Amino acid sequence: MKKNYLHCLTLIAILLSPLALYPQTNSCIKCHGEMEEKLLAPVEAFKQDIHQKFGLNCSDCHGGNPTEEDIDLAKDKTFKGSPQRKQIPELCSSCHSNSNYMRGFNPNLRVDQSVLYWTSRHGQLLKKGDTKAAVCTDCHGTHGILASTYPKSRTFPWNIPQTCSRCHSDKDYMKDYKISTSQWDDYKESVHAHALFEKKDLSAPVCNDCHGNHGAVPPEVTSIAFVCRQCHPSTGELFSQSPHKKVYDEMGISECEACHGNHKILPPSDEMLGTGEEAVCIQCHEPDSKPYEIASRIKQKLNEFTEKIDYADSLLDRADRQGVEVSEARFELREADTLLILVRNLIHSFNLSEIVKKIEEGEQVLSEVREAGEASLKEAKFRKTGLIIATCFIFLLATALFLKIRQISKKTQA
Amino acid sequence: MNRRNFINFFLGGSLAGTFISFLYPVIRYLTPTKQTEAIIKNITAAKVGELAPNTYKIFKFGTAPGILINTKEGELKAFFAVCTHLTCNVRYESDTETILCPCHNGRFDLSGNVISGPPPSPLESYNVEISVEDIIVSRRK
Amino acid sequence: MKKYIKQVYSYFDIRFKLTDITQFAKKKKVPEHKYSIWYYFGGICLFLFFIQVITGILLLLYYKPSVEAAYESIQFIMGQVKFGWLIRSVHSWSANILIGVIFIHMFSTFFLKAYRPPRELTWVSGFFLLLVFLAFGFSGYLLPWNELSFFATRVGTDIAGTIPLIGKFIKTFILGGADVSGATLSRFFWLHVAILPLFTTIILVVHIILVQILGMSKPLGLPETQVKEVPFFPNFVLKDSLGWMLILALVGVLCVFFPWEVGQKADIFGVTPLGIKPEWYFIFMFNTLKIVPSHVLFLEGEILCVFGFMVGGLLFMLVPFLDRNATRERKSPFFTLAGLIILLYIIIMTALTYLLPNI
Repeated sequence: MKKNYLHCLTLIAILLSPLALYPQTNSCIKCHGEMEEKLLAPVEAFKQDIHQKFGLNCSDCHGGNPTEEDIDLAKDKTFKGSPQRKQIPELCSSCHSNSNYMRGFNPNLRVDQSVLYWTSRHGQLLKKGDTKAAVCTDCHGTHGILASTYPKSRTFPWNIPQTCSRCHSDKDYMKDYKISTSQWDDYKESVHAHALFEKKDLSAPVCNDCHGNHGAVPPEVTSIAFVCRQCHPSTGELFSQSPHKKVYDEMGISECEACHGNHKILPPSDEMLGTGEEAVCIQCHEPDSKPYEIASRIKQKLNEFTEKIDYADSLLDRADRQGVEVSEARFELREADTLLILVRNLIHSFNLSEIVKKIEEGEQVLSEVREAGEASLKEAKFRKTGLIIATCFIFLLATALFLKIRQISKKTQA
Repeated sequence: MNRRNFINFFLGGSLAGTFISFLYPVIRYLTPTKQTEAIIKNITAAKVGELAPNTYKIFKFGTAPGILINTKEGELKAFFAVCTHLTCNVRYESDTETILCPCHNGRFDLSGNVISGPPPSPLESYNVEISVEDIIVSRRK
Repeated sequence: MKKYIKQVYSYFDIRFKLTDITQFAKKKKVPEHKYSIWYYFGGICLFLFFIQVITGILLLLYYKPSVEAAYESIQFIMGQVKFGWLIRSVHSWSANILIGVIFIHMFSTFFLKAYRPPRELTWVSGFFLLLVFLAFGFSGYLLPWNELSFFATRVGTDIAGTIPLIGKFIKTFILGGADVSGATLSRFFWLHVAILPLFTTIILVVHIILVQILGMSKPLGLPETQVKEVPFFPNFVLKDSLGWMLILALVGVLCVFFPWEVGQKADIFGVTPLGIKPEWYFIFMFNTLKIVPSHVLFLEGEILCVFGFMVGGLLFMLVPFLDRNATRERKSPFFTLAGLIILLYIIIMTALTYLLPNI
């Protein structure tokens, strides 16, 4: 009898054992899940949170005991509640700066965010007690934090401008700081924004690529050029070899920014060169000076080159419209287009003889294109000539038929 | 020649002329052209010995540009010469022994892989074979 | 010289009984009256068909019917082959002109009521020829494997798939699979160069034999005084040839000034371009489908439409057996009116695409 009883109990225990695998109740989620709006929001957001996916929960940041159902027992002495803004960097870095701890989750992740943060303008303002300055949660979010490599994350490249401009474009919020609030509007018009948002080119720079992530500071005048050189090194090198470099450094002018701007970097046009209305050269150089002459010569040479390319292109278009195959010639023209890009890059050296040499290389290619284009047009003409000859024969034949018909009709009538 | 014969002669002559003016294009059509196949599967990019070590050459593969590189060690490599970023033509930089795109300084190694810069994907590489004196480049299957 | 020709003729005459044929031909007469200009259109259809066969055979030398090579072979023909641009453009232009002339020929014989006995079978075989040539057009259009042709084929076969019960089977059968693919290309090529030419030859021979045996029909109600008779050979044949020469000149001009485009290679995974539509001769059906509401009573609009066209086609084919008045050589205004309505419908529905492209 006792044996049977024992067997029963064991069986029941075995059958019920899977229940032990069920997670312990999380009273935070349970209670907050029954609340409204502001207090419910963390529960909803946390479902997507990356910390949740790594097995962390509310108490890992807020303290407390989530296994207790009773609210007073749950909010025990470890309970921190909602941290104040100025406490947030410390709270986050308590894990994120601990490389031993972070190694257990993702050995790849950096652990220097906090160090960098305190060197940033945001960090420095916060240290002085200005809680309006951005803290971790302002950029990364609070409860629905996503990995930066995930496209919906606030810190994914194409979302970063909006994340930064939440504060930086808010005139009221920024009124105590003596900086502009037009950066996002300016950036939106730039060639980098176009590449990022329209062409989905993730290599295009956003705010953090030039300003830094956690150590965000506006680049110094001397360092702007290095920032641009990250992606445009050949242009930078040419500039460094040009006479402008020394002068700009002496005058404290920020190299690339002087002509191209910082946030509103528009696609550079040929009109920026030379001595015309939109030219940047005349901002400094007086008429009748040597640089003025060089600027004007370079512009002239460039104009000639682009005109020749346009002419070659139109030649091929004409032939194409007349139905002649021009893919060979277009192949040659690609080389000329590439050389034009190289010439435009070479402008930054302001070395007239080098620029002219490159243009001459391009002109040689163009002469081949022109030859091919003219051959295509000749082919189009040949076709028309052939048509005229064939049509003449056809009409002769038609006339002959007509005469024959008339002759035979007369015969039939006779 | 009376009128009737003239008309017959005229008819016969113009018929023959029309026929020949149609026969000429047809015969030219049927004659094989220089490029005998529609799809170019391989091309002689250069002759053996034409390229010194650590130099390159741009060649035409159909209507698309290709780049043939003779590495410092004397190995021949060929790639589709259009950068995967914004379609500029790439070139070979002999001092760094890498393939460079001049537009945004995208750099590829000698296997076509991206080593720095904005290009999102590697360069398509081609097969290189030597047949007697010719260096023949063909697409990989 | 003349003696030599006579010897050659005599040799073949004994073996092929040519004299019997020539005697028959000499006796044939064609009525000449104010409507006889319409008689030429049948011959023009035949001429254009010959052009299609010749240019088609020439294109067959360089065209490659596979997904990897079809587009490139057309590029090759247009760019590398000498006069390839001409052969291909003639083939494309003549195809379109041929279908246009077929419609003219069909409607002219309809309004002139040439389908009256004993010419009912000429009309029926002609109707089958219309279907065969539309199939030629549909199958040929895919062969260049460019964007327009790929998506137009997909749209067209989707419509075939809406036929109730058998639609899915028909669509899969036509496509050689679930969607437009390399299998479709092979299948359409097979249809275009083997099956349809075979059917055309058979039906065309029947059609022409009937025309030759029965002669040209005279329109109803023409008084005898207004009708002359001229010999088929050589008068009518010479006039026919004159018409053919003019068509040939027209095709030549079109090909030099408006060569057919190569287009962009079809991308199976690409997005359907906006405003994709089938070739012009299918547009009136396509637009009807667009206009019909999605549901009419309990029936799906699309199915009703397809069904409507099938029934309409069937009735059109059976006109010789339905038009009792014409059979009795009496005026048949009802059928004339019906024909006019159909013609106007086709013209208006086709024109709408070009006048109001945003429907």
